[in-house]
Amino acid sequence: MKRILHIIVLINLIGCDFKNKKVSDELSDKVDIPSYTFQEFAPMLQTKSDTLFVVNFWATWCEPCIEELPAFEAINQEYKNQKFKMLLVSLDFNKQKEKKLIPFIINHHLKAKVLHLNDPDANAWIEKVDANWSGSIPATLVFTKNKRVFFEQSFTKEQLKNIIDNF
Amino acid sequence: MKKKIIYSLGLLLSILLFTSNQPIASGYGIGDIATDFNLKNTDGKMVSLKDYKDAKGFIVIFTCNHCPYAIAYEDRIIALDKKYKSKGYPVIAINPNNPEKQPKDSYDLMQVRAKEKGFTFPYLLDEGQKIYPQYGATKTPHVFVLEKTSKGNVIQYIGAIDDNYEEPKAVKVKYVEDAIDALLKKKDVVVKTTKAIGCSIKV
Repeated sequence: MKRILHIIVLINLIGCDFKNKKVSDELSDKVDIPSYTFQEFAPMLQTKSDTLFVVNFWATWCEPCIEELPAFEAINQEYKNQKFKMLLVSLDFNKQKEKKLIPFIINHHLKAKVLHLNDPDANAWIEKVDANWSGSIPATLVFTKNKRVFFEQSFTKEQLKNIIDNF
Repeated sequence: MKKKIIYSLGLLLSILLFTSNQPIASGYGIGDIATDFNLKNTDGKMVSLKDYKDAKGFIVIFTCNHCPYAIAYEDRIIALDKKYKSKGYPVIAINPNNPEKQPKDSYDLMQVRAKEKGFTFPYLLDEGQKIYPQYGATKTPHVFVLEKTSKGNVIQYIGAIDDNYEEPKAVKVKYVEDAIDALLKKKDVVVKTTKAIGCSIKV
């Protein structure tokens, strides 16, 4: 009797896993997040236009990063009709992209542009983003064609708005 | 004039606001003498660097239970201890996080993890978070290689374990191993500092 019970539980668990996989396959068909090496990504950290860029480095496993995302989303909405662009750069592990990153974006209804930086030799590129960056996240780079400031910290909506308005 | 005052006050306020969260850029540099400590291990005993009379140096690694980077490096940390403890460089792991801010890094869960993974090295809690700021650890994992000298324990390498956090098989450069191999041969460490992505320390 006990053995039959174990088998039934096992079948349910396996079935559960298949069901989740199918759902996330369907969802990931609809959400495509490009992955870049740093070399491919680097040109996005420069601009010759009049646009102000806010580039946030985060990951689904980084709790302070997740806590500040609503602030970034709200700012993105507020400034979207101005010369403004926001990039949310995920540093999630490559093997977590389908399992964690894409479901996260869907479940949190993220509207800002998300891209995935897939370059594990971080020592080679951390200082190319900013010479003083220790590598910890969250971190945010704000830049225009004339000015560039890097922040190794979390932001509230008010703090971020202040930076943008006074940039 | 009023507008100028208001603008200046606004600027001052925004400076104060955005600097309030800045991390303290301090801690050891290469060549500094590292402080000893007296921290509790997962077996309940207190551990200090001075307990290790025969060590030639130490691989001090600030790491924790919950951070995916730390977890990705666990097997490699165990391998470092296996390779270098007998050569005089044991691993000393320290959890720098505040368990009240991050319950997954509690002392109890440290004990569970140490047992599960069969840690062969001390896994100490930085109770009161007084040690990691002296070292200048900014994330987990963060490595400090110390060499015992007549002046004290000298910092000879700071940074990442290797150049690929995600795939151990794709590692091309093993920074910590290279540093210790050089020290064992009484040669200069070539790559003395590296940077890595990791989880911020929970204060």
